Amino acid sequence: MSLLHVSSPHIHKPFSSVEQVMKQVLLATIPGVLVMTWFFGPGTLLNIIFGSALALGFEAWALWLRGKDFKSPLKDHSVIVTATLLCIALPPYAPWWLIAVGVGVSVLLGKHVFGGLGYNPFNPAMVAYVLLLISFPVEMTRWLPVVDLSNIDITFATALQIIFTEQSPYQIAVDSLSGATPLDIMKTQIGLAQTPELIQQNSAFGLLAGQGWQWVNIWFAIGGLFLLYRKVINWHIPFAMLFALTFISLITWLISPETTASPLFHLLSGGTMIGAFFIATDPVSAATSRQGKLLYGAGIGVLVILIRNLGGYPDAVAFAVLLMNLCVPLLDIVSVPRPVGQTTARADERKSAP
Amino acid sequence: MLESLSAQPILLALIALVGMALLFGALLGFAAVRFEVEGNPLSDQINGILPQTQCGQCGYPGCRPYAEAIAEGDSINKCPPGGEDTIHALADLLDVEPEPLDSEHGTEAEPTVAYIREAECIGCTKCIQACPVDAILGAAKLMHTVIVDECTGCDLCVEPCPVDCIDMIPRKGGIQHWFWPLPNESRTGNIIATDRESEQVAA
Amino acid sequence: MRQIFDIHGGIHPPERKELSDPGFVMDCPPPSKLVLPVTQHIGAPARPIVEVGDTVLGGQMIAEAQGPVSVPVHSPSSGTVTAIASRAVPHASGMTDTCIEITLDGRCEWITCEGVADWRAESKAVLLDRVRLAGVAGLGGAGFPTAIKLASDRAIGIHTLVINGTECEPYITADDTVMQCFAREVVEGAEILAHMVGAETILLAVEDNKHEAAEAMKDASAHLASAEVVTFPTKYPSGGEKQLIELLLNVQVPSGGIPADIGVLCQNPGTAMAVRAALIDGKPLTDRITTLTGMALGKPGNRRVMLGTPIGELLALGDFNSETSDRVIHGGPMMGFAVTDLDMPVVKITNCVLAPTRSEIPPPQPQQACIRCGLCAEVCPASLLPQQLYWFARAKDQEQLERHNLMDCIECGACAYVCPSHIPLVQYYRSAKGSMREASKEKLRSDNSRVRFEARQERLERETAARDAKRAARKAAAEARLEAGDDPVQAAIERAKAKKAQQEGEQ
Repeated sequence: MSLLHVSSPHIHKPFSSVEQVMKQVLLATIPGVLVMTWFFGPGTLLNIIFGSALALGFEAWALWLRGKDFKSPLKDHSVIVTATLLCIALPPYAPWWLIAVGVGVSVLLGKHVFGGLGYNPFNPAMVAYVLLLISFPVEMTRWLPVVDLSNIDITFATALQIIFTEQSPYQIAVDSLSGATPLDIMKTQIGLAQTPELIQQNSAFGLLAGQGWQWVNIWFAIGGLFLLYRKVINWHIPFAMLFALTFISLITWLISPETTASPLFHLLSGGTMIGAFFIATDPVSAATSRQGKLLYGAGIGVLVILIRNLGGYPDAVAFAVLLMNLCVPLLDIVSVPRPVGQTTARADERKSAP
Repeated sequence: MLESLSAQPILLALIALVGMALLFGALLGFAAVRFEVEGNPLSDQINGILPQTQCGQCGYPGCRPYAEAIAEGDSINKCPPGGEDTIHALADLLDVEPEPLDSEHGTEAEPTVAYIREAECIGCTKCIQACPVDAILGAAKLMHTVIVDECTGCDLCVEPCPVDCIDMIPRKGGIQHWFWPLPNESRTGNIIATDRESEQVAA
Repeated sequence: MRQIFDIHGGIHPPERKELSDPGFVMDCPPPSKLVLPVTQHIGAPARPIVEVGDTVLGGQMIAEAQGPVSVPVHSPSSGTVTAIASRAVPHASGMTDTCIEITLDGRCEWITCEGVADWRAESKAVLLDRVRLAGVAGLGGAGFPTAIKLASDRAIGIHTLVINGTECEPYITADDTVMQCFAREVVEGAEILAHMVGAETILLAVEDNKHEAAEAMKDASAHLASAEVVTFPTKYPSGGEKQLIELLLNVQVPSGGIPADIGVLCQNPGTAMAVRAALIDGKPLTDRITTLTGMALGKPGNRRVMLGTPIGELLALGDFNSETSDRVIHGGPMMGFAVTDLDMPVVKITNCVLAPTRSEIPPPQPQQACIRCGLCAEVCPASLLPQQLYWFARAKDQEQLERHNLMDCIECGACAYVCPSHIPLVQYYRSAKGSMREASKEKLRSDNSRVRFEARQERLERETAARDAKRAARKAAAEARLEAGDDPVQAAIERAKAKKAQQEGEQ
């Protein structure tokens, strides 16, 4: 009989693999995506399908270029997660080539250029998003107002037509279909010296935050809580980010309620919840230790509010995440835990042994 | 005076910068003299990293001359007995790029020790005189033998022997010195025990 | 109720203890031959004191300890020594080592064993000597010479003795069985140990999944005021010495130190029993309780096995179905090593032989890239950063490995157990530790060579200087003689002339 010679441990935690992690993340995005479809039409869903297929293709190509075996890495679903998160972040009716460029950049430039899964210092989906935002500002604003508000009925076929042929079936041009997101409206109107209270009486706003957007955020948060329950992610990053975000926006709102929106608005608009539970928690680009994760999450929260209030773009999650990705090596160095039996955490702080 | 100076910002800037340069230069010069370390500790540190085989493969007569040469700027990849580990350690110490071993000076081989075939030894003491660490025990017309624990494997004793009775044999591993190799990261590792060739030598 | 604390991290693998029916010991028929390695412990190998062809009796010492950190080996039964040669030994490397092979004659004759009359009256030195001569080593799996551990002389005296009945690894039930079946002997052994080291408190530590064992130990120790049975929640690896001490006493053993540094001593229940047998019965260590388990066995269970029994024969006793299995593990599934040759014998540290089927413990999955999830750091009981250690081990960066306390790693395997990318982390650390030890040995050797080289240079210079000095002195002496009118050359010419004149005169 042939006996195996392998190192201990010989047993492994059941149902624990990269594929399992990725599958559960995808599962957790489903409620949010369905809600987005309900409010904004099937654009996002179509983009996700298209983007995922493209992502698999790009990944296979990249692995082939690098001379690696490409069947098993494809099985780990990590590119599908990247493509899904990117397509959720992109406007539902962005043209197909925008999706293609975005997915290509995230897989090739965001991931494989650094060495593939596990080696990228930046979140690949956010790298692509920022690149698209800066390169194609017009197409990136092709958000639709909530389906109820507009008197246009968007079906699957219509959506396909808009995305792939950039022509709308209606009398109006595609560009006129798009409307500003609540964050957009908030930013521009504050710039025009309107107070947030007044702004929120606009029909684009609902009870808590943007119409439709508040529900999207809530359902992504529920998906995130599912991930926490299944122990796929740790509570440190989402909690730290949301806490810091709430805290800073509370301070700014209390100091100046005429020019800053309330914490509730910030929590439930834009990419806050998806950023907290899905994007910031990407393990490869986040900090490793617990204290590091808390600092990382807090940093993202603070930066989101700063950029939303003072920066040029309405939503800030992508920039905040990328900026904190830059800080991760430093966070890892300063947040080393104290090993059992040692007096201090950092080796260079210890007195030399007698 | 200050008022007239402040009216001429360029002059003020010039004075400020020159003044700072003089001040810092003076401080550095003082530190260089006051805190100067005797001798050249760098070459001591380098010598500490080199394997002390004293074999001469680097082109220098021993490890200390090579250490001093490295401190003067010679390249760090000339030592075969030290191998890649030594090159990396030197690269870390001197903050330079590690280079692959210079094959002109030899290749990294497994550690060896000298062994005298006692039946053929004629007691001429030529090997004793050649050994840089006095690892050979013996006297004129008496049996010579190698003290294995002290032998560095430099093989300087092999040439002087007139009857060619010295062999270089691999330094034994043994079960007490075995440790796990790094995992094979490709998909097919040879983990079937009965398929592996037994390279291990008994103690 | 004693307060229990907690360790950082830890995992909860499926226990699978019921498979080996703890609490019941089966005996084994004598095997066809016994293969006794001279090294069944940590330390220097024992030196054989018998020769091929000698007849030996049970309990007879066949290899004596070499040096202080060494343990003797005894024959488990009567027979003839058939070989003293290299044989496969139970070691992770699968390499061979010197073994004494004995063919049993079936008569089971023993030497006369004599214990001490009253261990309370004997001095510590006498008791230690007996323990040493009886060949007792740590039976929990490490095999450290017990006599050395008991003799340890630190500034702080030992105040607490912990009997480590945790047995946190899945599948293994040997200690559970010992505590259930031999509770009285274990407690008596604990008493003796506490007396030897001067401990005032005895803690009998049992995990909460071993109710019967805890009850048995409570009953057996009821009369002993200094002894207390402590149960705590089941978690792997609570049974590691340092982890157990942290759990029970809320103190951490200093890094690089041993429990004796803080006044604590841990012993396995089987070791306590062996110490008792050595002192009271005068019986050396020749057998042990081993768990034979795994789904590839028809008859799993705990057995009293003679040391030196080939593992293959032991598996056959358990009805091993080799078709269904491709791995035999010496020890537990978390820290045990794979047996590569079924002729390897059972030794003092064999607490378990595990023969799983392929579906029970599947072959290892291929390794994928590290996704930096941080799960490994969450479960590490030593609060290390396994992820960073992994990167540095791959990079062979010894300085960073030291700064991240690689040597504090107890190789428990919790990190590799949870890793979603199936990275064999423990192998990386073992390899890195081996490289570091090798490098420090090399450093010592090269420092030594440098010292010898410099000494030689100095000696040569001295000799040259001495030669030069002698030459100079001779030259000076010659010049001085010349000055004094003592010209040797002239004297020689005079002598020659005188001789010639003499010869002419004689003619």
